[in-house]
Amino acid sequence: MFLTYQRLAGTLLAELPALWFGLTGPIEWFLDTVVGPTMDLLAEVLEAPMLTYPFMQRAYLAAVCIAVIGPLVGTFLVHREMSMLSDTLAHTAFAGVAVGLFLNSALSLSLSPLLTAFVVAIVTALLVELLVEHAGAYTDTSLAMVLTGGFAVGSILITATDGGIAVGIDAYLFGSLATVSTANVGILVLMSLIVGGLVTLTYRPLLYVTFDATAAQAARLNVRLYKRLMVVLTALVVVSAMQIMGVILVAAMLVVPVAAAAKVAGSFKQSISLAILAAEFAAIAGVTLSYVYGIAAGGSIVVAAIAVYAAVLGVQKLAHRLPTLQRLSSLWTRQPRDGLEADGGERE
Amino acid sequence: MTTATTETDRSAEPLISVDDVTFGYGDIPVLESVSIDVEPGSFLGLVGPNGSGKSTLLDLMLGLRRPDEGTVSLFGEPAHEFDAGERIGYVAQNATKAARNMPITVQEVVEMGRYPRRLFGRFSAADRRAVEGALEEVGITDLASRRVGRLSGGQRQRVFIARALASEADLLALDEPTVGVDAESREEFYSLLHDLNATGLTVILIEHDIGVVTTYATDIACINRQLYFDGNPDEFVETDALAQAYGTDQHVLQHDH
Repeated sequence: MFLTYQRLAGTLLAELPALWFGLTGPIEWFLDTVVGPTMDLLAEVLEAPMLTYPFMQRAYLAAVCIAVIGPLVGTFLVHREMSMLSDTLAHTAFAGVAVGLFLNSALSLSLSPLLTAFVVAIVTALLVELLVEHAGAYTDTSLAMVLTGGFAVGSILITATDGGIAVGIDAYLFGSLATVSTANVGILVLMSLIVGGLVTLTYRPLLYVTFDATAAQAARLNVRLYKRLMVVLTALVVVSAMQIMGVILVAAMLVVPVAAAAKVAGSFKQSISLAILAAEFAAIAGVTLSYVYGIAAGGSIVVAAIAVYAAVLGVQKLAHRLPTLQRLSSLWTRQPRDGLEADGGERE
Repeated sequence: MTTATTETDRSAEPLISVDDVTFGYGDIPVLESVSIDVEPGSFLGLVGPNGSGKSTLLDLMLGLRRPDEGTVSLFGEPAHEFDAGERIGYVAQNATKAARNMPITVQEVVEMGRYPRRLFGRFSAADRRAVEGALEEVGITDLASRRVGRLSGGQRQRVFIARALASEADLLALDEPTVGVDAESREEFYSLLHDLNATGLTVILIEHDIGVVTTYATDIACINRQLYFDGNPDEFVETDALAQAYGTDQHVLQHDH
């Protein structure tokens, strides 16, 4: 049922030529000439035939993209103590999907639910930010209200939409590998380029605003603009990653690898790289486990990411407890600056 | 020495001029008809009880807020229109809180001082020299690659000073910078501020420890919604402005004199 819907959505999307031909062409070429042969080679070397299946190739490419943009934006978000925002936006993105499905069935339109999800998530992100500009601070209560409110509207619209559409909702809630289409991967790659480009371009103002917003304002940076940019980037990442990770789990990709990296990183730049590294490990491990054991991909990726976090924490605690190991690890990494790093070193 | 600088600059235009400013949050009045000038090269200590509007006055001076009535000029321009951010170094009251958990190095924080001049694109040799010079001036060159959160409170404060120096600021504003810093480091920190002021940097300091202010500042403004005193520390000690501003039943942190 859902597959039919997907195919339907695919053909409907085809009516948006700018988006569609712009994406599928290059992505198909990329999948055929770059990803395909590389994966085939990997499959031979690793003796893992699953790497030759096109749907697995798409899944890996999508997971690799998510593992780049999730922690990239998440690092700024977590250190502004706004982790909860990613979860809130994911749940309102679900409302966005529902809005798309509802409009399509009620008015016989042919909108892509992903498109409406992007719109709803971005609008919510900006609304939350505007509210904060007025009230002065992010509060748990207001975010919880927006989160549940968004999800509530979504559930109402889904039940108000007749027919079998509700069947496909599972894929949005928990994520899915099998239904990742070439267009989905195309959107993800495009979003990765946009998000990566924007963060690279505005790295300095984003960092200043994250670290010390008042001083940034005194230094005459446009703090409001960059705060808004940050929430819009979050919305873009969350919606792009939603199809694989699922609405309920997607926030983990912006938070868990970042938390792990923050424990050991020596600098902010390094914390971004380490977070991406941790996320890539979790994403590839998760997708592989998901295929091998036939289990949920989003869940596997999140559990793998939490395992990385736990491992980092464990190694840190162990290094703290065992002076010998600590000495070894400080010989091994290049950080024997002085005796003040009693907690087991910054680099692992 | 500092008084000499202040005197020569008296003829010059004030660096900050607050003229009959009234400000409130909604219905709650915070400042009423406050007028005060900050001369170039001076070291102004802002004192007053908790909730007296000190931080708000500083925000108004820096153009971070706009007054309900009256005007504020900063470097000769209306404060809210002033846009040469590199001329202002600001150490916010809770700046060090975020610094504790975030994985960010001393070098990365001090480089922020160059951001107003170079928000995008590569740092020039001059940018890098300014950062190195600032680290050296406050004596934290050897800490450059350390995480700010793993420094002592006193070292961390020097990082924020270095950030202002890296931007080659003309004005350094600090809002209770030594909360949670041990006594010895505080002493060193304030003597560093004193030395920087002696080189011509204008300093505005909000501080609850009156002793520190009377020792290091060249000017003192005592406020509690209204301006109770504006003048030099010697006169301040002789007047009863402090008792008036704090009310008679308040316990006041007053030592060192």
